[in-house]
Amino acid sequence: MQFGLTESQEFLKNSARKFFAGECPSTEMRRLIETDTAYDATLWSKLTDQGYTGIVFPESYGGVGLGKIELMLLIEEAGRALLPGPFFSTVVLSGAVLDAVGTPEHKKKYLEPICKGEVRSTVAILEAGASWNPRDVQLNAVNGKLTGEKLFVSDAAIADFLIVVARNSVFVVDSKARGLKISPMSGMDLTRKLYVVEFSNTPAEELGPNVNLPRALDITTAALAAELVGGMQRTLDVTVEYAKTRKQFGKPIGMFQAVQHQCADMYLETESSRSAVYYAGWALEENAPDAAAAVSIAKMYCSDAARTVGNRGIQIHGGMGFTWENDLHLYYRRAKASETAFGDATFHRERIASMVIDSGRVSAKGV
Amino acid sequence: MDLNLTGEELAFRDELRAWLAANVPTDWNQWRERPLEESFPYLRAWQRKLHEGGWAAVSWPKEYGGRSATLMQQALFWEEMARVDAPPMVNALGLGLIGPTIIACGSESQKKRYIPKILSAEEIWCQGFSEPNAGSDLAGLQTEARLDADHYIVNGQKVWTSYGSFGDWCELVVRTDASVAKHKGLTVLLVDMKSPGVEVRPLRQMTGESEFSELFFRDMRVPAKNTLGKVNDGWNVAMSTLMYERGSYGARLHLIFKRSITRLIELSRTLQRNGRPVAEDPLIRQKLAQCSAEIEIMRFNQMRAFSRITATGVPGPEGSIQKIFWSELNQRLQQIAQELLGCYGQLLAGDPRAIDNGIWSYAYLRTRGNTIEAGTSEVQRNIIGHFVLGLPRSY
Repeated sequence: MQFGLTESQEFLKNSARKFFAGECPSTEMRRLIETDTAYDATLWSKLTDQGYTGIVFPESYGGVGLGKIELMLLIEEAGRALLPGPFFSTVVLSGAVLDAVGTPEHKKKYLEPICKGEVRSTVAILEAGASWNPRDVQLNAVNGKLTGEKLFVSDAAIADFLIVVARNSVFVVDSKARGLKISPMSGMDLTRKLYVVEFSNTPAEELGPNVNLPRALDITTAALAAELVGGMQRTLDVTVEYAKTRKQFGKPIGMFQAVQHQCADMYLETESSRSAVYYAGWALEENAPDAAAAVSIAKMYCSDAARTVGNRGIQIHGGMGFTWENDLHLYYRRAKASETAFGDATFHRERIASMVIDSGRVSAKGV
Repeated sequence: MDLNLTGEELAFRDELRAWLAANVPTDWNQWRERPLEESFPYLRAWQRKLHEGGWAAVSWPKEYGGRSATLMQQALFWEEMARVDAPPMVNALGLGLIGPTIIACGSESQKKRYIPKILSAEEIWCQGFSEPNAGSDLAGLQTEARLDADHYIVNGQKVWTSYGSFGDWCELVVRTDASVAKHKGLTVLLVDMKSPGVEVRPLRQMTGESEFSELFFRDMRVPAKNTLGKVNDGWNVAMSTLMYERGSYGARLHLIFKRSITRLIELSRTLQRNGRPVAEDPLIRQKLAQCSAEIEIMRFNQMRAFSRITATGVPGPEGSIQKIFWSELNQRLQQIAQELLGCYGQLLAGDPRAIDNGIWSYAYLRTRGNTIEAGTSEVQRNIIGHFVLGLPRSY
């Protein structure tokens, strides 16, 4: 048993860290979030050149064919840099849904251009009820046409096509389709723009029944937790650095146990989150029987931990932490948006409860 | 990353499973609740049996009677022991902490003299570290040893000594030089507890039982040849002992906690609240789920730590969070038990209406000690702050 990264996984993680630090430093991130869609074509082509847009998809569709653990590592590093724009919506979310639900023809048509960096896309799931339970989806297709509304759709305005979760099936809608209206919502997270998507007798192509949708959502959920880990790590790093350099009463504030112990807790929460995410990545990769439980464990823990780590980081920064100028609030905003996305901690605790209490299944893999 | 067991790990586990299936006592339940004074011979016999099977000290080098087991195999050992609910090993400190220290720091004649009897439980060991005025600040200890020809004369007091009243021998940290910095004047002595001048008093703890003792030394004479390691190098010897405290032993906690939460879930299905099973109460469901999840995360952290140590040879940053994680988790777990059991949670062992013979009221109180023993949570956070995060020392 070996619960550490392999040499090639370490390499991928380190080169991703370097890539994001070089291509998407704080200044660039701040420039992008001021734009309408936070999308930048040059950055996208660099992401494509790295193979990141096709990282987990089969080589037959132009992907790189790596595993779920590698996906977690890449997204963790993207999260550390607070990468803005539609990368997550396109590669993680749309990619996972296409991979799980689409036929080979669909994958050729939609997944391949994603791998090749030619398109942006997203998935529309939530409606007015804002429930992450796919059973609560109301939207239905009549004669291949959609009429209704989806909310909280990330990056919809920059998407070339939208994947739409309907009652029993998953559809693709072209961004230029008639009867499609996309209007912005004002969300807390400035890096990932949210939209209302309205359909009015809008033609849609059916991808397939949504029986395999849960697995795609599990992969996305785990990756979002990985992204939170990256944000936590960044928050921890800058906070520890600040505690070492900021002086009060003639001493670095990190010398005071009231500060030091908060840093220790940030570390504990970050590392525990990372353990949970890596395990979930492994369980998904292996199709382990406890994969769904592992994903819920990871998302539950990371959702709470990211908020707590952010709270502590801002507190330790004192007045500086409360300013617009400091990046901490940008991470904090992302953490709050991601906390609720794909089910908050309460949602996933109930999912765990239904597994361990109602079905009596014990979660993690026994040795 | 590959969380499947290797062939070697599987072989180790299967051999152990087969041995345990044939040898683990079936009457442990009759002894479990009795005071240690009564069950001691029983437990001693069990350890002897493990030793005869070659399982008493799997982590030790083969030449000293162990199996040179990898960390992962050690973790498997404790998991398997917990899985079959095997009785504990009575010479736990000798096997887990003191034996390894003697192997690491002792002379050849010391190894020959002490090691075999630690394995066979013929000689039980205790540990004389903490003092009334030296807890977290262990290096401030005051028990003094004065050299008189070829003997040390020892005077002082120790506290929180596990197995103190059963100890045949004690790993005792004493001050041999009061004129130098506090870490530099310490020495470790191997002390025969039957020596004149030793007094052992049981220390009653808040649970009502006495797991620990106080030790008093008045002009006790210890042969100078019983020094473990070098004179005035006791701090390093003691630290190497404490290092073993953070070893693979924690692996068994996962199964113990899992057994507790499984039992609580079972109880939640039968206990009623407001006319329906507690298992249907949304708040209790949330708490049970949170706890189940954290028990798994504790295990993930542990597996990462073991893998790191195996790969690099040194305990990585993950190791230092284990103590905080499990001790605080255990306290939350017992609090949930109390919420679930309601008024019944307070009933003590022996009360005919107590659920599970009062184990939950006992455990609730006992877990307060978890964040204090083996390094308080505050000390652990200091360690993370200073040694892991590189923040300036706070004390």
